[in-house]
This record gives sequence, structure tokens and C-alpha cells, in this order.
Amino acid sequence: MTVTSPSLAVRGLAYAYPDGTQALFGVDLTIARGERVALLGPNGAGKTTLVMHLNGILTAGHGTVEVAGLPVRADTLREIRRRVGLVFQDPDDQLFMPTVREDVAFGPANLGIRGDELDRRVRDALGRVGMLGALDRPPHHLSFGQRRRVAVATVLAMEPEILVLDEPSSNLDPASRRELADILSGLDVTVLMVTHDLPYALELCERSLILSGGVIAADGPTRELLADADLLAAHRLELPYGFAVPAHPS
Amino acid sequence: MSAGHHHQLYRAGDSPVHRLPPQCKLLAVAAFAVAVVATPRDRLWAFAVYAVLLAAVAAAARVPAGFVLRRMVIEVPFVLFAVVIPLVGTGERVAVLGVPLSVPGLWAAWNILAKATLGVAASILLAATTEPRTLLLGAERLRLPRLLVQIATFMLRYMDVILDQMRRMRIARESRGFVARDLRQAPVLAKSAGALFIRAYERGERVHLAMLSRGYAGEMPIIRDLSASRRDWGLAVLLPVLAAATAVLSWSLA
Repeated sequence: MTVTSPSLAVRGLAYAYPDGTQALFGVDLTIARGERVALLGPNGAGKTTLVMHLNGILTAGHGTVEVAGLPVRADTLREIRRRVGLVFQDPDDQLFMPTVREDVAFGPANLGIRGDELDRRVRDALGRVGMLGALDRPPHHLSFGQRRRVAVATVLAMEPEILVLDEPSSNLDPASRRELADILSGLDVTVLMVTHDLPYALELCERSLILSGGVIAADGPTRELLADADLLAAHRLELPYGFAVPAHPS
Repeated sequence: MSAGHHHQLYRAGDSPVHRLPPQCKLLAVAAFAVAVVATPRDRLWAFAVYAVLLAAVAAAARVPAGFVLRRMVIEVPFVLFAVVIPLVGTGERVAVLGVPLSVPGLWAAWNILAKATLGVAASILLAATTEPRTLLLGAERLRLPRLLVQIATFMLRYMDVILDQMRRMRIARESRGFVARDLRQAPVLAKSAGALFIRAYERGERVHLAMLSRGYAGEMPIIRDLSASRRDWGLAVLLPVLAAATAVLSWSLA
């Protein structure tokens, strides 16, 4: 509850699905306010399971999750979901209202915001992702890249403490990918980016975590982790063909 | 993604009819339909009055007759049904162009045709002047069950997504040499339908998670408050009040 609380603190988080499959075996991580961190890991490492814990959609079997000092519990869910802005991988899942305006307004309206303040939040959030022009359009008339940007706006409108993005670069063409990177790097908000797009992590995040086998296997500067070929290989991560990351930029 | 960038039924405009809040228009159309249905079928003049009333609404909304007529095609199955009645009807017969037709059957056919046509025309005018989304907001304001309105809202949003998925599955089938020639191919199509259902169901679950993540707690927040003024209601009741007066007259002028 102090100003110095990290944006996100996860301690000893373990989780098994109802069918008994253990997905997380004790995850520890801390993200300070204003940091941009990439969570790297192969398919099936438990990335999405971890993300679902951050805003209380799944509740921890063991361990704790705290967002800016507030623990995730049944009685704090409302505030937690305001503080954690989750952007899902498929924008068609995220954008469920008939118009962009209503979709961006959905979150703040659930927080009880109405009238001019609601309108200000909607315009502000869409402006930050460069999509103000799409205000009254139906989401399914937008391009995929535009929909992803609107999806980011839907959580920005809730003025979250931390933005959690699930595979933000997936299915984007190179130009949309760069546009989204420009937008994300310009945001003044803590970001946790879940991805296996390693160059994207390098571009946007100074620090990276590797989640593998349900635990944090590595935590350090993105450049150093990506320069360690053995580390990457041990966790089924690979740079795209032709890429190499020197440990220290020349 | 989808090519249907405009709803076929909606005709953008800025007429007094377009500007009316949707709840007023919904109630007006429903009340109009009740008045029409309540009119005895042999008061032909009353049906002419209803048609004139609708024509006046169309003129006020600046919706051309051709636009309405083309969309009346939806009524064709009713017309076919109505055509059959005089042929198979019993009772007194009258020869029309040498074909013996049942007189009560003719009256029954006229009854169905006239009332259905007026109802369909009124609905087309409603849809032409009200965006589908606004129509649902109006339904919500009229206290229709919120769950039903929510389901319809999601249908509006996801119809194109699911149609697109269906199209991709068809292309995938055909790319591997599938041609639906006769009934023997039905099992394949049935399995596709099942797969589509499961995909839609799974999407529903993911959408629900996305809603929860943004603070959904069982009720859709009111984002666009469409309140109707007295003037709006005054304008909207013109159609049903005139129609009701006609219906009452048609009963009393027996």
C-alpha cells in the first residue's frame, strides 16, 4: 500500500488444473513500477496460466499475487481487474461490443464512470493508440492490426497499473507490428508482455523472464538472455533464422 | 474480413423518423401491427388508410418506395401460402379466369396477405431508419429481458466472425476435394456444423473471460443513454394513434 510497492509481485505461485495437470510449480517474480518486462517461454510453459492469475480469473493453489500492494483475493477482484489490464491474443475475443466506442467504454463503465468523464476516457485511450477515427465503427470492419490496437485501448481506458499483453505481435504484418511497437514503447505504464517473439521482446523490453516447466528459469536483461544460445536452447526458445544478438551492443 | 460493410436493411439518413429514439419507434410499430390485425378483413377502406399512413412515414423518412418493395421479398413464402388457400378452400365457389376458387378461401388469403404486407412494410421502415445496434438499445430501454437483449447484441457482433469461420471451413473442405453432391455427403457437413458449434462455444468462453477481465459482473453497463423526450413520444404515437382510430372506426361502421 506504500508508494514503493512494486506494480506486480508474485510469490510461490503454484497451480494445478481441475483435471490434475500441474501447470505452475512455484513462480516468483517482481515487476517495478514503470518497467517493461517480457515473459518468454515455449508453448505449454504455463504463460497463459500465469497471466490468468494476474487478474484473478484463476485463483492460486499456493502462493500469492499482489498488484501494487493489493493481494488478489475474491474480495479485491473488482479493484484488481481495474489495476491489471489484460489484452488477449485474439482481438475478436477482446472486442465484443457492437462498436469501438462502446467496447472501449465497457471497462470504465463497469467501474461506474458515466457521462463526460466516460467519453473523455474513451477518446483519450483511442487517441493513445491512434484509433480515434474508428470511434463509431464496428470492430469487425477494422483490419487485424487496428483491432489489436483497439484491444489495447479497451484496457488503457481503465487506467491500469500494469498492462499485460498476451502475444501482442502474433498475426501482425511487419508494418502493423512496428506500429504497435511504437505505441507500446510510448506508453507511460508498466508492461508485462507474454511472447515467444524474441526480437520483439528485445525491441521493447529491457528485462526478460523465461518461464519454462512452470517455474521462472531465468531473469535478466533481455539482451543477455538472448545472447545465451545454450540457455535459449534449454527452454525451446530460438531466435529467427539469421538473427544473432551480441551480449553487448557495439 | 467480411464484405457486408452495411446492414442491408438500414438506410442511413437524417430524417425526423431516423432521429426518433428507438424505443418510441419499436412501440409505435408494435401498436400499429396490433391495430392492423384487429381490423375486420372485409373493411377494405381501413387497409387503404393503413397503407397511406405507412406511405406518409416512408415519405417523412425519405425512404424510396423501391427500397421498401425490394425488401418485401421476404414475404414471398406467405404469399405462396395465401395463394394455396382459395384453391383448396371449401364452401361457396366463384370462377376467376375459369378457375373455381373458394370464396371464404379468398377472404382468408386476402386477410393474411393484407395484414402481413402492412406488418412487414412497417418493420422494414423501422429497420430502414434504425441501426440494428440502436434497435437493441431501444429494446433494452423497453425493459425487454436483458439476457435476451445481450444475446442478440452478441449475435450482432459475432455473426460475421462465425460466418467467416464457416467460409474458411468450406474452403478447407473443398481444397481437399470435397463436393456436396447428394445426401451421402451429409455426415461431413454435419461434422462441420458440430466443429463450428464447438469453436463458437469456445469463443464464447474466451469472450466471457475478456468481459470478466474488464469488470463485468452480470450486467451490461449503460453506455449510451437514449432517453426520449415528450416531443419524441408525441411524434412517435402519431402512427399508432391514427391506426387505432381507423381500427375503431372499422368496427363501428359495420
